[in-house]
Amino acid sequence: MYKSWWKIMGSVLVIYTTIGGLLLGVPRLAILNETIRNLYFHVPMWFGMLTLFSISVWYSIKYLLSTNQTDDLKAVESVNVGIVFSLLGLVTGSIWAKFTWGQYWSFDVKQNFTAIAILLYFAYLVLRNSIDEEQKRAKISAIYNIFAFPMMVVLIMVLPRLQDSLHPGNGGNPGFNSYDLDSRMRAVLYPAFLGWSIIGYWIYTIRFRIRSLEIKDNS
Amino acid sequence: MQFANEVKYLLYKEILLEWRSKYAINGMLLYVVSTIFVCFISFVTMENKITWNALFWIIMLFAAINGVSKSFLQESKGRQLYSYIIASPAAIILAKTIYNILMMVILTTIALGVYIIVFSYSPSDFLLFYIAVILGSLSFSTIFTMVSAIATKAGNGGMLMAVLSFPLIIPVLIVLIKLSKNAIDGLDRSVSLDEIGILLLINVMTVTASLILFPYLWKD
Repeated sequence: MYKSWWKIMGSVLVIYTTIGGLLLGVPRLAILNETIRNLYFHVPMWFGMLTLFSISVWYSIKYLLSTNQTDDLKAVESVNVGIVFSLLGLVTGSIWAKFTWGQYWSFDVKQNFTAIAILLYFAYLVLRNSIDEEQKRAKISAIYNIFAFPMMVVLIMVLPRLQDSLHPGNGGNPGFNSYDLDSRMRAVLYPAFLGWSIIGYWIYTIRFRIRSLEIKDNS
Repeated sequence: MQFANEVKYLLYKEILLEWRSKYAINGMLLYVVSTIFVCFISFVTMENKITWNALFWIIMLFAAINGVSKSFLQESKGRQLYSYIIASPAAIILAKTIYNILMMVILTTIALGVYIIVFSYSPSDFLLFYIAVILGSLSFSTIFTMVSAIATKAGNGGMLMAVLSFPLIIPVLIVLIKLSKNAIDGLDRSVSLDEIGILLLINVMTVTASLILFPYLWKD
């Protein structure tokens, strides 16, 4: 029981932010109105994704140093869960965009660059599938993973800041972290970052254990 | 010092081999020039300067992906083993990268000349456009050299090369197109410093990552 305290904490945080995010008070802003609540569900997805992709890079580096197969398994499973989080982030963003920008997909720079970043990780999975030999697959995909990670960071953190975008925080649009985000929103948003990251990590550990059992059964 | 010597000799070897056959550079030149002619025949005149710019980068992208991917794919297994015995892996990747940069700079310069003559249009800030072209050949070479090493090790070169390198090169291409568009519009040069900085940063990052990662890649 004492070992699962973080799972309980993650669940409590996510339940709190879901209920609190829908019910607690938010500032009233033109155009945004109640859609501002999407902040609690959209931004934490990117936090969860970044956490999982960082875990994946960490285990890829560890694999290159140790050549231990479990490290490779951890790297690929965290990428799998990270991709789910990134797709959820894209979907929550599109739904929000439908109500504020008028279209699900308006080819905004933020949307395009995120889509390319996801392609990067699909390429990682394609690369894995193209190699049969286990050791070789683990090594080459670990190298690609480490090589691609800085590019992913440039894509979603640096490049959108250089161009005009409709996205809050870009191209002269007020960001949520300036005057809009009052203390009431912070009380929900920051726990949501932590909670969703923990839930992502939890899903990843479960997937990792399932895969290890499958491999044990097969061998 | 020994490392610098190794890089120098490997680079000399690459250039000598290329000079004997002149296959890669001539092949790429022919490819680029014929593509430009095909474009000219289909467009005839190009009023829209954005199209002019985009078309140039698309031609360069495919020339680079064809040319640079040869650096590892074409080399025979025996010759690769031989160079691994006599030199350190970091020296090999560095020599290949430098060789590809040289080749791409020559190729893009010639291609730019032909492109400007054929479409009889020259960007208003030519120096900045040329800087963009040089930075472009630099980034294409550094990224594609490492990706071609990965694709070659994975076994089936051609298709993997495209799948792996396109997501990596798109961010670079976006910055390049923005930079060269600034040059076409003749904007003040201080506006473009951000883009130049980012491109240099990406290149430093890529070369560092290749130098660290390639030693793990080559040993079987």
